[in-house]
Amino acid sequence: MAKAKQVPLVDHLVLGERPHLVANRCRQCGARYFGRRSGCASCFGVDFEQVEVPTKGELETFTIVSMAAPGIPVPFAAGVVDCGGTQVRGNVINTEPDPDHVRLGMKLRLATHVVGVDADGTECIGYGFEPLEAS
Amino acid sequence: MAADDIWILGIHMTRFGKRPELDTIDLASEAVRGALADGGVSMADVGILAAGSLMSRSAGFGQELQKQIGQTGIPVYNVANACATGATALRTAIMAVKAGECDVGLAVGAEKLSGAGLLSGGSRPADSERWTPSGRQGAVAALDGRVGTETMPGVFAQVGMQYLNQHAYDGVPLELFARISEKNHAHSTLNPLAAYTKAMSLEEIMGDVMIAYPNTRPMCSANCDGGAAAIVVSDAKLKTLDPDQRRRAVKVAASVLTTDPWQEACQVLPDVNTLTRNAASQAYEAAGVSPSDLDLVELHDCFATAELVHYDNLMLCEPGDAVDFFESGATSRDGATPVNVSGGLESKGHPIAATGIANVWEICHHLRGEAGDRQIEGATVGLAHVIGLGQACGVHILEKAA
Repeated sequence: MAKAKQVPLVDHLVLGERPHLVANRCRQCGARYFGRRSGCASCFGVDFEQVEVPTKGELETFTIVSMAAPGIPVPFAAGVVDCGGTQVRGNVINTEPDPDHVRLGMKLRLATHVVGVDADGTECIGYGFEPLEAS
Repeated sequence: MAADDIWILGIHMTRFGKRPELDTIDLASEAVRGALADGGVSMADVGILAAGSLMSRSAGFGQELQKQIGQTGIPVYNVANACATGATALRTAIMAVKAGECDVGLAVGAEKLSGAGLLSGGSRPADSERWTPSGRQGAVAALDGRVGTETMPGVFAQVGMQYLNQHAYDGVPLELFARISEKNHAHSTLNPLAAYTKAMSLEEIMGDVMIAYPNTRPMCSANCDGGAAAIVVSDAKLKTLDPDQRRRAVKVAASVLTTDPWQEACQVLPDVNTLTRNAASQAYEAAGVSPSDLDLVELHDCFATAELVHYDNLMLCEPGDAVDFFESGATSRDGATPVNVSGGLESKGHPIAATGIANVWEICHHLRGEAGDRQIEGATVGLAHVIGLGQACGVHILEKAA
């Protein structure tokens, strides 16, 4: 059976053998952003290049969301991961979402997972960050 | 007195809480009538109206309000700046008077939020039948809950936890933030206009419903109904008024509004720190006061996790020392720098557009010596701070009339 067609949840997730995130870096000042840009908020430049974001990082801050909008499974851990100087928003996955397992400064790595399958059978692939070492 | 000084002549805050019999315009009308009566003037004296109501979704909130308080043909500025909407309205009225466009300005904010499900941030739309990229992230499905959280309790939880991470905190975050909430709930018992006036024990706060760790329900701002309004006048106008009006007038020593200057990662997690620090710096310089001169502070404790970082951002403590500063008892009503003696947003309540004027009202109340049981004795200078995500920060420094 052929492997299902896949699409990333967001443009800045690159799928394939080695899934990773890409940022748009301002060619003028080096500021990094996720998503489509009209210009640079730091230096007002308009030229950007795509750069690869390291897949390993440290948890800079987090919360564990217990009350969310209807349709969002809770609890889940959401945070910001410092990936070699680029801050990335994402969930902490593949561990229990509680303060005993999710800790400030913990080492994490990018991990992908299937978000869902649409009417054409195409898989949506999302990302999160999982503990680098099993706790 | 300087010729370009601006004064708060009249100011009023409605009771916050459940007001099912009133709509947003009623709440705003009550606030305006109270402020006019407090200042001893009428709508016929007012030269500009700045008005905000974030949730009313009416393009002409100020004009709708005029139909109930007096249609005098004056210019109306309908303003919106998230949770800083009230402060923005006040700043707008102050700018108009300062610019000499008129000598009496009116600012008002009102909101109906009782029962609003804001804590969970609305609802996530169902996934579409086929993955189709949209928006600046090219997202094929809703991101809330999949790529971090968009809920306010969750965003501000991260703000507080980030501070603890940056300053190598080694205690128990839940207990630290619960103790900040315990302080504000204790303060609220002396405020008859607060939405909630019940003291809560540390155990009750820590054991309450978890919303977004480490924020439990009583550590979150209380959704409620309410309004607040202020009348501002020029120095020249004040001089023409009677001695009692002059005695009760409160000087606007500084009125500052900022947005966040670009910082690395400020578009990943909102940076509520830099714009607050900038607003505070500008305000202290304009007023010629230092943080140690403040007799009381009303700051934007939309969540207990936010109050901690603003001790540092408003320079009430040395950089990085917010935890020790709080633990010293400095921010309790009997401490060196009482913070949120009104009970704060966690217990007084947070009817969004009213908050930025209600905080100023609280300060004025103390400077006038009219705060009753919760009076901070001898208060002569205070600071009111609000922040609206997105972002906007308002800081006002108020001084008692000499």
